Amino acid sequence: MEFQAPVLAPAAAEITLLTLTCVVLLVDAFLSQARRDVTYLLTLLTIVSTAFVVAFMTGEGAQVTFSGHFVNDPMARVLKLVVLATTGMVFLYSRDYLARENIYRGEFFVLALFATLGMMVMISAHSLLSVYLGLELLSLSLYALVAFNRDSGNAAEAAMKYFVLGAIASGCLLYGMSLLYGAAGTLDLAELSARIADGATLSDLWVLVGLAFLLVGIAFKFGAVPFHMWLPDVYQGTPTPVTLFVGSAPKVAAFAMAIRLLVDGLGSIGEAWQSMLIVLAVASMAVGNIVAIAQTNIKRMLAYSTISHVGFILMGILSGSEDGYRAAMYYTIAYVIMATAAFGMVILLSRRGFEAENLDDFKGLNRRSPWFAGMMLIVMFSMAGVPPFLGFYAKIAVIAAAVDANLTWLAILAVVLSVIGAFYYLRVVKLMYFDDPADEPALEGSSVVKLALSFNGLLILALGLFPNGLIAVCQHVFG
Amino acid sequence: MFSDFPLLSALIWLPIFGGAVLLWLGEERGDAARVTALVVSLITFVISLPLFTGFERGTAAMQFVELRPWIETFSVNYHLGVDGISMPLILLTTFITVLVVIAGWDAIKTRVSQYFAAFLIMEGLMNGVFAALDAMLFYVFWEAMLIPMFIIIGVWGGPRRVYATVKFFLYTFFGSVFMLVSLIYLYMQTGSYEILDFHGQSLGMQPQIWIFLAFLFAFAVKVPMWPVHTWLPDAHVEAPTGGSVILAAIMLKMGGYGFLRFSLPITPDASRELDWLIIAASLVAVVYIGLVALVQQDMKKLIAYSSIAHMGFVTLGFFIAFAVYARTGALDGAALGLQGGMVQMVSHGLISGALFLCVGVLYDRMHSRRIDDYGGVANTMPKFAAFMVLFALANAGLPGTSGFVGEFLVILGSFQANPWFAFLAATTLVLGAAYTLWLVKRVLYGEVANEGVAALEDLNRREFLLLGVLAVFVLLLGVWPAPLLEVMGPTLDHLLQQISISKLVP
Repeated sequence: MEFQAPVLAPAAAEITLLTLTCVVLLVDAFLSQARRDVTYLLTLLTIVSTAFVVAFMTGEGAQVTFSGHFVNDPMARVLKLVVLATTGMVFLYSRDYLARENIYRGEFFVLALFATLGMMVMISAHSLLSVYLGLELLSLSLYALVAFNRDSGNAAEAAMKYFVLGAIASGCLLYGMSLLYGAAGTLDLAELSARIADGATLSDLWVLVGLAFLLVGIAFKFGAVPFHMWLPDVYQGTPTPVTLFVGSAPKVAAFAMAIRLLVDGLGSIGEAWQSMLIVLAVASMAVGNIVAIAQTNIKRMLAYSTISHVGFILMGILSGSEDGYRAAMYYTIAYVIMATAAFGMVILLSRRGFEAENLDDFKGLNRRSPWFAGMMLIVMFSMAGVPPFLGFYAKIAVIAAAVDANLTWLAILAVVLSVIGAFYYLRVVKLMYFDDPADEPALEGSSVVKLALSFNGLLILALGLFPNGLIAVCQHVFG
Repeated sequence: MFSDFPLLSALIWLPIFGGAVLLWLGEERGDAARVTALVVSLITFVISLPLFTGFERGTAAMQFVELRPWIETFSVNYHLGVDGISMPLILLTTFITVLVVIAGWDAIKTRVSQYFAAFLIMEGLMNGVFAALDAMLFYVFWEAMLIPMFIIIGVWGGPRRVYATVKFFLYTFFGSVFMLVSLIYLYMQTGSYEILDFHGQSLGMQPQIWIFLAFLFAFAVKVPMWPVHTWLPDAHVEAPTGGSVILAAIMLKMGGYGFLRFSLPITPDASRELDWLIIAASLVAVVYIGLVALVQQDMKKLIAYSSIAHMGFVTLGFFIAFAVYARTGALDGAALGLQGGMVQMVSHGLISGALFLCVGVLYDRMHSRRIDDYGGVANTMPKFAAFMVLFALANAGLPGTSGFVGEFLVILGSFQANPWFAFLAATTLVLGAAYTLWLVKRVLYGEVANEGVAALEDLNRREFLLLGVLAVFVLLLGVWPAPLLEVMGPTLDHLLQQISISKLVP
């Protein structure tokens, strides 16, 4: 067999990101702590250039390269832009916090950039192998990021938990992949789908067993019940900027992984994974929404809220139609925007030596800063699915997809659980507006954080009043 | 003159932008906030008047229509328009909001601009609910309205405000989500979110029943009907005066409006099949809640229960139409029920609003709502007493006031369906008189009860103006309801046509 050099153009964005990340790594090694801002600015530059390449320099339509391991299609481009934009926001939110807590180090930026690269590979994966490669690059970077504040016992505990559970999940995923490979004899997702459809596999049973293991890996990455145990502990244990990162962009990658593996690779046995996903979705919505009520730590509460949102995303995917995938994608993007704002708020409220972790720290925020109380109000009502905010349309889209797929009972269950969920979002609003503050220091955050948060909050409102644009983008990707 | 002017959009967005300006003004400039709020609400009221003057009588078609695509992917349109049902309710909204702004002028001392901003934003959203002709747009306004009300009760409310407001929010939110699923189901059937398309869509009995029940849940909570009324007394008691007025005068009407706009025309067969359910619940509300009102110790709670009983009349009127039609086969008798329900909605909006303002007047002076703390108020506040007696009598359905017209029409309609219905409904004339007159007796008459009452000052000019204006309208509607009936007539006739034709798939 003759060696053919692969076409590199479709992967231009990943190549750019990798190159620039190496530059950041090198430059950072020679910087003194006082000049860490150079790393920060270079990192932002890296994100912006990569986004530019994704947006303008990777061509149209779908191109497959690297012997079928890598695909660059409209979904990949949109999701990569979302990941890059989110990561950029994370850096904007994080800088001051890191500097204040004396953990303003180059590793944070480099690890986050490598995680971003992993996510981009996952998003563009076209074979079982590249999904796994991307996932591992992402996961290993995240384990290190979680443990990044090495003086903190909580962070070490969270990292350990995350690593052990994550390793098991990766093992399951890899095991499932090997079963599928054994049964179908191919790693290529399109080929896999075709062979299963034609009945050209060794045995249906092995395909189903492989599917079950794949789902474990996907559910773990999403944090769907019953593979959610790591989520609250990791969210709570890590420094808030890392929580912000772990809680936002990787969900996009997890969504991409689910679409690539389930729809692209195993679309021909949709009924099989549909029924499995129903269990995961219902359990996630129920556990997430109900357990969140009992939380007193805002990060834990948001973790359980994430779990319930994941249930909604899975509900879109399991509808098994273009409408459903579109709705799930819309929901994922909406969730990422809302989660970024919510954790950004936690960062804003933190001060030197004081982590605004407890719900009570939100008490009387309206007295201290009406503007940011208003922003948090928007985020909370949006997460609860109250119009006219972004989260409402995301819920509508998913529910409509479920009704369309003759799963009206699931839709009704979902809305009932979301009403239960509304309670804990309302509690945050209650604390901010109805209670008196314990003390009234002015908000300390820098103007960058404040601007970013205002932008983020207003974006949720604007996309709620004019939802057309984002919906059209999702429309463009599917169908 | 106004033919091209987007009147309804202005009625929605002007107050909302006004509210945003108030928020921007901030807390330091309380007086500027008060004046701005008054100006904005007055302008909104003035520009809502052409709705009445320019309204074309004699047609059931939507008027002042605005249609723009909004979310093209889901074929959701920004579609506004009014007919004889919604137009009076929009006028009621803009009118009551002006009064609420005036009523809060001195009473609100903390976070003034946020208070008025919340009311202005809510006014815009409420106008949106009544004007929306697209189901998704309707739902957006319907739900968004909960946010300012949640804040109003929670921030400026009484001691148990947090409990009351969370209960209010979750109750209504829970009710509405089922409606949302129904709307999505209807969208799947018709391929559009246009309410008027829903009206024309034929549906099997099974889906109709489910949709009807989902709508019923949403609207019954809002009205509120027995037995899902329990949030209302809490919310009313804890809300600040302005909040109570808006709740009683307008938000409760949205439930009734929902029945007319959604339940009756979209699921006529299910409505006919299940009319006994609503009629029974309404009669329970009239009789049982009337008795409950009798034993209340708290003035606001008493009026809240009286509201539930009166809203029972509204739902009774709407659904008695089916029973009348089934029995007589003629639409004339059925029309009485619908007309009565509509008049009752408008009239109750004025009367209950006025009564809550009366309680607010006393509360501002004495900081108590307990009936026991009063007595002999008429001695120190004669002007106030005159107004309160008038509104109390109107609430009891005295002929010559607006309260009489609606109740009389509904009882007349009920009589054609079943004399026993009429008998039970008519007990409200006894019970209503009992609890309101007893309230008046205990609060206004007798010896001056304590030093607090002895030191009371009578109405100031602002309060006199508020109650005076309301009194004029209550009496006007009582002796001359024709303009209102004339506006509603064709729309209600059209609605009767819709509900008399089966939509079952042949």
